Amino acid sequence: MVGPAPGGGSPLENANPLIYRRSGERPVTAREEDDELPDSIDDREIFDLIRSINDPEHPLTLEELNVVEQVRVKVNDAESTVVVEFTPTIPHCSMATLIGLSIKVKLIRSLPERFKVDVHITPGTHASEHAVNKQLADKERVAAALENSHLLEVVNQCLSARS
Amino acid sequence: MLQEEEVTHLVLFYENRLKDHHLVIPAVLQGLHALSLCEVLAPGLAVSVLKAIFQEVHVQSLPQLDRHTVYSIITNFMHTREEELKGLGADFTFGFIQVMDGEKDPRNLLVAFQIVCDLILKDYVLGPFVEELFEVTSCYFPIDFTPPPNDPHCIQREDLIVSLRAVLASTPQFAEFLLPLLIEKMDSEMQSAKLDSLQTLGACCTIYGQKELQEFLPSLWSSLRREVFQTASEKVEAEALAALHGLSACLSRSVLSSDTEDLLDSFLSSILQDCRHHLCEPDMKLVWPSAKLLQAAAGASFRAGHRITSSVVPLLLEQYNQHPQSSQRRTILEMLLGFLEVQQKWGHEDEEESALLCSRAPLCSVLFSALTDPSVQLQLVGIRALTVLGTLPGLLAPPDVQLVVDHLTRLVLHADDSQSCVAAMEAAGSLAPIYPGAFSGRMVQRLAEELQSEREEEGRRSMQSLRARCLQALAAVSTHPGIVHETIPVLLQCLRQVPKGNVPARACDVVAVCQSLQQVAVQCQRDTESCWYYHQTVVPCLLAVTVQAAMQENAHSPLGKLLLEEEVLSAMVPVVSAASAHLCPELAAQSVSQLVPLFLDGEVSFLPQDSFPCPFQPFQGGQHVAAQRRLVALLMAFVCSLPRNVLIPQQDRLLQELLALSCSCDCPFTATAAAKCFAGLVNKYPAGQQLDQLLETAVSRMEAGLAEGPLRSQALALLLWVTKGLVLRYHPLSSRLTDKLLGLLGDAELGPAVADGFSLLMADSPDVLHKGCHADVRIMFRQRFFTDSVPKLVQGFHAAGPGVKANYLKGLSHVLNHLPRPVLVTELPTLLSLLLEALSCPDHVVQLSTLSCLQPLLLEAPHVMSLHVDTLVTKFLGLTSSPAMAIRIAALQCVHALTSLPVPVVLPYKPRVIRALAKPLDDMKRLVRKEAVVARGEW
Repeated sequence: MVGPAPGGGSPLENANPLIYRRSGERPVTAREEDDELPDSIDDREIFDLIRSINDPEHPLTLEELNVVEQVRVKVNDAESTVVVEFTPTIPHCSMATLIGLSIKVKLIRSLPERFKVDVHITPGTHASEHAVNKQLADKERVAAALENSHLLEVVNQCLSARS
Repeated sequence: MLQEEEVTHLVLFYENRLKDHHLVIPAVLQGLHALSLCEVLAPGLAVSVLKAIFQEVHVQSLPQLDRHTVYSIITNFMHTREEELKGLGADFTFGFIQVMDGEKDPRNLLVAFQIVCDLILKDYVLGPFVEELFEVTSCYFPIDFTPPPNDPHCIQREDLIVSLRAVLASTPQFAEFLLPLLIEKMDSEMQSAKLDSLQTLGACCTIYGQKELQEFLPSLWSSLRREVFQTASEKVEAEALAALHGLSACLSRSVLSSDTEDLLDSFLSSILQDCRHHLCEPDMKLVWPSAKLLQAAAGASFRAGHRITSSVVPLLLEQYNQHPQSSQRRTILEMLLGFLEVQQKWGHEDEEESALLCSRAPLCSVLFSALTDPSVQLQLVGIRALTVLGTLPGLLAPPDVQLVVDHLTRLVLHADDSQSCVAAMEAAGSLAPIYPGAFSGRMVQRLAEELQSEREEEGRRSMQSLRARCLQALAAVSTHPGIVHETIPVLLQCLRQVPKGNVPARACDVVAVCQSLQQVAVQCQRDTESCWYYHQTVVPCLLAVTVQAAMQENAHSPLGKLLLEEEVLSAMVPVVSAASAHLCPELAAQSVSQLVPLFLDGEVSFLPQDSFPCPFQPFQGGQHVAAQRRLVALLMAFVCSLPRNVLIPQQDRLLQELLALSCSCDCPFTATAAAKCFAGLVNKYPAGQQLDQLLETAVSRMEAGLAEGPLRSQALALLLWVTKGLVLRYHPLSSRLTDKLLGLLGDAELGPAVADGFSLLMADSPDVLHKGCHADVRIMFRQRFFTDSVPKLVQGFHAAGPGVKANYLKGLSHVLNHLPRPVLVTELPTLLSLLLEALSCPDHVVQLSTLSCLQPLLLEAPHVMSLHVDTLVTKFLGLTSSPAMAIRIAALQCVHALTSLPVPVVLPYKPRVIRALAKPLDDMKRLVRKEAVVARGEW
């Protein structure tokens, strides 16, 4: 059976989670290789940005844990808005805020400035959903959180490419 | 040279001095060291020296150098006086333990570990001191040593780890002490300690037996299991699996006595007990770790494999049927595939006992159901599993084989997804040599029928793709001589049908046939007999259809013309080349004596068709020879691919004809083919006066052609190809020709073409002048060309007028692009300023190749590049808004690579770069945005 985490660290909240298959790389179409035609930013492109973010407590990506799904990403290129809903693996997951923050930071860094980014928890999947959403929507609090060098380091760790 | 008595005297003197004041000890030790190298040392003296050292000297209070001297003395004596030292018995071991106890210096430790290793391996008496010896070495485990940054001794952590491991894993006597230590270190938090312990355990397993392991098996297993189940690092996981593999192999190796219980059996049972139930939860995280553990244990020996497979495979088959979802089924099938592969490793030992035999029928039915499943992923795994199953002897009954072939044929022809179609072809290719009868009887026939039949009702498009699939499959399945004999006539039939015109033909159809033929040729190359068969059947047929087409050209038949199109002839070139390159010399000579007369004298008698409307004379002047001349490309493919020792009849006449043709023909394709053929033959021509004369003629013709007139570009092509042929073989004339090319870079008309020609000189050409067609290619010819030509290029660049400067930059970037990276890094400082200039050159080709040149340099030589960081940042950011997408992408990749420069260098630019990269984030092309995201994230 699965024991607690090695060396007396705090036990994982969800030691043997369900894992999901990664979708492959987006195939490059002939249209994309054409120099003249513009490609609009679509759901899949945003999803590709966030699917490889690492989970803070498993060596798995958010996609593999089904925390983010392509159907829960909505983008409107013309109006410059992005809405992402994410689903914590368990309703009382304490990492939900951190995951949300990671997604938000990644999108802010990767999208043109004209976009307004909205990240929140899929309705009905977390115990303190409202509180977390409020934190994530508050610009000041997000900015303040990113001033905290320790927190920033943790976020960067989630965002760093897997070695 | 010292006499024996003198040596004895000196030794006694030095021994006495050891008792003296501690200041003299270092000098004494050096003296003894010198004496220990003497060959005439009297028996007994070695022992007495060592005894004196052990007794009188407290080694660990000496400085490092003197301790090293002591170790050297011991090593010397161990080499020369082994017998005497063994006479000392356990005292020697004990003495050494005292000497080494507390050693700290890595240099000394390396020597000391070596001594311990020798002690054990050469059977010195350890006596009661086994535990002490273990203690004195194992206290260094795991090695935690970081060499100081300016270490002149170059001792790496890795060296110490390896030598300590050699000591610890040298004898089973250490087992009772070592195994608890390893388990303890595995349970620690330190990643490196875990890795080291696992690797040491693996090393121990090669010498340990059941007896040593017995006591510790349960705790070893629980540690290993924990590492695999909860690992954060793939490296640890891999090492843990390797250690488990080692353990299982070690247990299987031991001979059983009748009264002890079979440890392997109980060990495997505990593994099975812990892992089996995870296999039933194909969605959970622990499925794969469990499967990997089981596979690692099963892969160790036939017995282990048998035990585990016979328990797991039926379980997996049952699970497969219980889980209807295709993603779960796929996981189960992938695990099953892993177990089959394990079985493949031991499959040859004993057919009768194969663990899979009893579950053969359900296994086949599961695999067949996977092949008919709509999920592509499941099909792919099913095909792979089936391929493995097919290579296991005796597991596919004849009716099953037929079923397999039918399934594969169906997938090849009708699978919706191209992936499974390709996989099915590969599977057919690897199974065909094992079951040639079934494949040639069923699959080839079916494919041939499919190719012959014409079904208009399905629409052209689907028929085209079906045809293409049939051709590919025919090529893929031709991996057995018997099958080759059946597939080649089918393919040639396809080719012959084209001019007859019952299918509305297009060039790409013929090209597809040629590609299949080429693939078959490559697969035939290993087998002399089928290679000859292939050559004999295919080459005359190709020549016959093309020759006929060339003669009919005056009748203006569009289909005949098709075969002479550049695209089609270029596709035939590799076929002929592959068919000729691996012929044995006698057969090649036979074939060359037919082919060369065909071109020189129109000798058509060996071609399978016999009615040709007019003579075939490509080299003679005449009215309708333009079409015939195009076939020189096929001649080139043949004569340039022959082994060097095959004599070509009438070679000089042939060379003259080719030279004339290449300079005088106004069709660029023909002229280039003739030039290539000439260069290919010159490259193989034996050195000597004849060659020099030949080249003189060629050079004078080229000069005449280059001077002026309508055929300058043909002359340039000839010059380029001849230069390439000579550069490859280091011919002295090559430098003269290179100079001529460099001079032409300044030519307003030909300059750009010459610049592109530099890439031709440096790259491997696909059809002639490469290793595969036996050309004379010296190693490092690129480096040589680089050192010869680049200074001149740079000089030319500075001297050139503004209009043609770009040509020099382009030539330079082509040369650099093909140069191996290590050479480039050393040459960089001299060229960097030129490269930076090239970035501002408006030519896109130059920009792109310069960027692709700089990108790896940024990664590999950050210190050199740091000096120019300001220019680089500005130029790269400027290029991110270039109109060409490829340049924007390359520039962004370079910006990304800038992050590998030292942090203090790039930090000042951070805000600027991040601000500048906001713009490409909104680029209209997705591929550009992708790179921008990566680059900006990194900054």
